[in-house]
Amino acid sequence: MSDVTARVRKIVVEHLGVEEANVVESASFIDDLGADSLDTVELVMAFEEEFGIEIPDDSAENIQTFGDAVEFIAGATAAS
Amino acid sequence: MFDLTGKAALITGASGGIGGAIARALHAAGASVGLSGTRVEPLEALASELGERAFVLPCNLGDAEAVAALPKQAAAEMGSVDILVNNAGITRDQLFLRMSDEEWDQVLQVNLTSAMRLSKAVLRGMMKARWGRIVNIGSVVGSTGNPGQGNYAAAKAGLVGMSKSLAYEVASRGVTVNVVAPGFIATAMTEKLTDDQKTSILGQIPAGRMGEAGEIGAAVLYLASPEAAYVTGATLHVNGGMAMF
Repeated sequence: MSDVTARVRKIVVEHLGVEEANVVESASFIDDLGADSLDTVELVMAFEEEFGIEIPDDSAENIQTFGDAVEFIAGATAAS
Repeated sequence: MFDLTGKAALITGASGGIGGAIARALHAAGASVGLSGTRVEPLEALASELGERAFVLPCNLGDAEAVAALPKQAAAEMGSVDILVNNAGITRDQLFLRMSDEEWDQVLQVNLTSAMRLSKAVLRGMMKARWGRIVNIGSVVGSTGNPGQGNYAAAKAGLVGMSKSLAYEVASRGVTVNVVAPGFIATAMTEKLTDDQKTSILGQIPAGRMGEAGEIGAAVLYLASPEAAYVTGATLHVNGGMAMF
C-alpha cells in the first residue's frame, strides 16, 4: 500500500505541479489540487500505464480524491 | 513549410479520389501514411506508388470491431498516430419521406460514428505527446443541405458540431480538431454525371469549374501542419465559392 501511495503521489505531483505536502488522502484533484476535468482523465491514463491496469470509465468517475485513487489502484493491483 | 517528417497519419477512405489525394499530400510532406479503406486493391496500388512510409490498413468502418482494431494496427505499423484524417464517407441518397432507418443508420455509422470512435482511440497518444491533428472531411451539404441527402447532410453537419466540441476539450493539450468541407470535386463519382448535370452544377460555382482532389489534399496538409497550431474548431470550405460562410 505504501509503495502504491508513493507512486501515485509522484504521478500527481508531476502531472499537476503541486506540492507533495498537499497531496493528502482527502485531497480532491479538482477542488484542492487545481485539476481540470481533462487533467483527471490524463491522471487515470498515467495510473493505468504506471501500474499496468485498466481503469474502466465508470470506476474512473468515482476517483475524485488522492485517497480514492490509491484505494482503487491498491485493490486492482492486489487482484491481478 | 508544412514539413511532416516523423509524423504518422491515418487516413480513412484512402481508396477513393479525395482520400488518395490527401494521402499523397501528407506523404509528400514527409509523413508516414496509414491507408485505410474497404477496397484493398486501390490501397495496395497507392501504397506501391508512394513507396516507403506507406501502410495498407483495410477496414470496414461499418463494423464496430474493425473500427476498434484500426488505430491499434496503425500504431503498430507506424509507431503512433499523430494525424487522423476522417475522410471515409458513403451515400445512401433517398427522398426523406422514403428514407429507411437502415439508410439513415448506415450513413451515420460510417460518416459520423466511426469518426467519433477513431478520434477517441487516437486522442490518448496525442494528448500525451502534446501534439495531434484531427481533420474531419465534411461537405458543403452539411451547411447548405441537399435534397435526397438528409442522412448524409446530417452526418456531415454532425462532424462540425463534434469537431468544435472536441476542439474545446483538447486545445490546451496541443491537439487541434478541424473540418475541411469540399464542394464539388472531380472524382470517379462525378465522372458519372451527365453533361446536363455538369452544366447545371457548374452554373452554381463562381469559380466555373469543379475542384481537384489535390486541392482538398492541400487544405488537409495545411491543417495537419505545425504551422496550423493556432487553428482549431474551424471549418475550411473548399468549394470554388459555391457557398460562402
